[in-house]
Amino acid sequence: MAPSSADIPASFVINGSRHALTIPPWMTLLDLLREHLHLTGSKKGCDHGQCGACTVLVDGIRLNSCLILAVSRDGADITTIEGLERDGDLHPLQTAFVEHDAFQCGYCTPGQICSAAGLLSERHAHNRAEIRENMSGNLCRCGAYTNIADAIEDVMAQDAAAREAAE
Amino acid sequence: MSLTENIHIGRPTNRVDGRLKVTGQAKYAAEYPAADLLHGAIVGSTIAAGRITALNVEPARQVPGVVEVFTHENRGKAAWLDRSWRDEVAPPGHPFRPLHSDRILFDGQPIALVVADSYEAARDAASLVSAEYEVREHCTELERKRSEAYVPPEKRSGIPPPPDPRGDPEKAFEDAPIKISRDYRVNAEHHNPMEMFGTTCVYEGNDKLTIYDKTQGSQNAQGYVTSVFGLKSKNVRLINHYVGGAFGSALRPQHQLFFAVMASLELKRSVRVSLTRSQMFHIGYRPDNYQTVSLAADREGRLRSIMHDAVASTSHYEDYQEAVVNWSGMMYHCDNVKLSYRLAKLHTPTPCDMRAPGAAIGVTALECALDELSYEVGIDPLEIRRLNFASKDENTDKQFTSKALHACYREGAAAFGWDKRKSVPRSMQDGHDLIGWGVSTGMWDAFLQKAEATAKLSADGKLEVSTAASDIGTGTWTILTQIGADAFGLPLEDVTARIGDSTLPTSPVEGGSWTAASNGSAVQAACEAAKETLFKHAKKMANSPLADSEFEDVAVSGGCIFRIDDPGKRLAISEIMHAADLEEIEEEGKVGPDLLQMMKYISYTHSAVFAEVRVDEELGIVRVTRIVCAAAAGRILNPKTARSQILGGVVMGIGMALHEEAMTDHRLGKIMNHNLAEYHIPAHADIENIEVIFVDEHDEKVSPLGVKGLGEIGIVGTASAVANAIFHATGKRVRDFPITIDKLLAA
Repeated sequence: MAPSSADIPASFVINGSRHALTIPPWMTLLDLLREHLHLTGSKKGCDHGQCGACTVLVDGIRLNSCLILAVSRDGADITTIEGLERDGDLHPLQTAFVEHDAFQCGYCTPGQICSAAGLLSERHAHNRAEIRENMSGNLCRCGAYTNIADAIEDVMAQDAAAREAAE
Repeated sequence: MSLTENIHIGRPTNRVDGRLKVTGQAKYAAEYPAADLLHGAIVGSTIAAGRITALNVEPARQVPGVVEVFTHENRGKAAWLDRSWRDEVAPPGHPFRPLHSDRILFDGQPIALVVADSYEAARDAASLVSAEYEVREHCTELERKRSEAYVPPEKRSGIPPPPDPRGDPEKAFEDAPIKISRDYRVNAEHHNPMEMFGTTCVYEGNDKLTIYDKTQGSQNAQGYVTSVFGLKSKNVRLINHYVGGAFGSALRPQHQLFFAVMASLELKRSVRVSLTRSQMFHIGYRPDNYQTVSLAADREGRLRSIMHDAVASTSHYEDYQEAVVNWSGMMYHCDNVKLSYRLAKLHTPTPCDMRAPGAAIGVTALECALDELSYEVGIDPLEIRRLNFASKDENTDKQFTSKALHACYREGAAAFGWDKRKSVPRSMQDGHDLIGWGVSTGMWDAFLQKAEATAKLSADGKLEVSTAASDIGTGTWTILTQIGADAFGLPLEDVTARIGDSTLPTSPVEGGSWTAASNGSAVQAACEAAKETLFKHAKKMANSPLADSEFEDVAVSGGCIFRIDDPGKRLAISEIMHAADLEEIEEEGKVGPDLLQMMKYISYTHSAVFAEVRVDEELGIVRVTRIVCAAAAGRILNPKTARSQILGGVVMGIGMALHEEAMTDHRLGKIMNHNLAEYHIPAHADIENIEVIFVDEHDEKVSPLGVKGLGEIGIVGTASAVANAIFHATGKRVRDFPITIDKLLAA
């Protein structure tokens, strides 16, 4: 893509790495990630904020990256599915999703996992019904919902046990 | 060779592609990078029928970054003959050719492709393309075309037309003491896989292409490209390693494949084209349909007459067909049966196979009607199904290779607690909620298709199995790895499956629930052939401890081939290969249907689905609180991924029951809810408890592996079980799917 005179400087910390960029103001965060930084783990399922496949963590909050113009988040700290692993170890949610077969085609999966990570840190969901309610912005056409709920419940229990042990 | 113990087959196994999918590393069609990549955006027509009289593309051309705008006036070279556009699964008719002429056959039909150096520029410029039309009268309303419905003159390959009537169904209906005749409708549905259709066409120079496409058949799509564009087969490689769902929508090549390749060849550049979510409502769909089911029984509930008529939509250019009514002639024993199936042409794209095509709507109508009949007879809805059990396929007079449906009824009912059901509608309440329990039978084909595979064993004992299958989330990567691992007694890590590439051994499209049976059996056959070759080399070695053995006497495990009855007599694979001066052994395997056996036998998967709903009658809100699906599906290769297949089918069945429908403004011929906010599919909050049971079913005839397939059976019978539960809860029978709040309140 040729640079345009409309381009605006913006910088982000993405998965721990600093990116100083000059980007057109109409570019969404999702397209920046996928098309320009080749972080294709964040998925485009509708481009209208209706499916949740593009969910990433922006300053720790789960957001639909297709609804965000990248320049509007200048300075943000962004975590995508590619940034959840730590030193080669899967995030507990990633492990739980594999163990519970919480996906089939895998396309909604990065969004489900990032959304679940946001959900866990929000601490709004305390039981399965609340998990289901609070995950309803992430559609899964393969119908893995019960397994996704199992995976999140599993990690939520691990987190609770870890907190209890720490207290 | 006698089979050694299976370590991996039959064991719940995590997906081998799981790590790639949870880390975002699995790449889908629109995610492959290419140098100097161009982006294409499709412009759709705004009318449903007529002709383009003028196109204004100049404003689009003025957008910085735009490279070309293609319309029917400057489309690139493509095949002239109709048949060159037919893909493997095309129904009879004239396949749609993008930008072929000025004619408009459906709303949203592609009329232009804008190609630019960025996605944003292409999208912006596409919004500036405008057209003038000569508008012709259109019709998108099936009801208005019902009277013009016709029996398709040319049959679609692989789809059996309804059988001839048997007995005297009209007279039997007339004479029977108990009878019902009801009209049902399942509104048009759209597949809406989560991944939007995309193609990245990498131009390698001299009309050589590497294409990454969202498709359920790499070889079908590759064949389409070479045929339409007159390219040499060796110059076109098509890859579909990961497919973000499809459910039938990616069986046929979709518009974006044509556009990406056309633009790539014309511009001699790499091009990516994706459909938008809205544009995905202008490709194939599950046809709208009206069905009439007439059932008659004696006073005990034995079926005396079954008549099932269906009219379904198709396009103006192809006669899409599926088996809708045939199920009514073979699910239950009945001597008097009449089945009919007709089409009506609408100004829509051609419908397309969607999960359990035909059965998902036809069985729904039959199973609701049978439920209605059970109340007329005064017999338990499960009992009427048991009573009318069909012990052979009465459409063809063939024996079933297996049918453990009674076990599905028994184990499903036990898990659900069906014996605690109160038979009278509206008799089970919990506080404010009415509770209802419903049941349905499900049925789907168990096919074995022609498939080929190779197995390559290297001197270090590692195995690679290859076949051009696709994994659309079904678990194909994993089960092929399991099959290979068991053949050579290897851990899963030592086996690599290769699929999703048109250059691999011949495979059918991934559909019909036949991949595990067909490609799985081909892989197993290839492994057996490779083992036999290994054995021959082992036998030939100087002082071979296996010199006197036959192939049946030996097994392979732990990097050695050995006598089963005397494991001390063994040779290491590395040793054998070294002695034979080989680096690897590669053999082929082929499978296909046994035509002789098929004259006498036929194979189906069966299920029993039990549903519990809670209905808030004042608000009309229905919640599906429990589903138990018990399936008889032959051998289960991987209970973990198999269970997920059923879960997925059940969830889509709940969508059919309560949520999914394309809403068309017939004055405009336009689908109005062409997005995921307004076309409702089940979300997390809609799905509560689903239990999956696989009953024991041994079937040595259905496929060499004994596998029947699971991709579709989960949806068949789910919508009817839910509808029947809603009736049991409320005493209200809604026969128009989906059963939305408005319909339930009005009933």
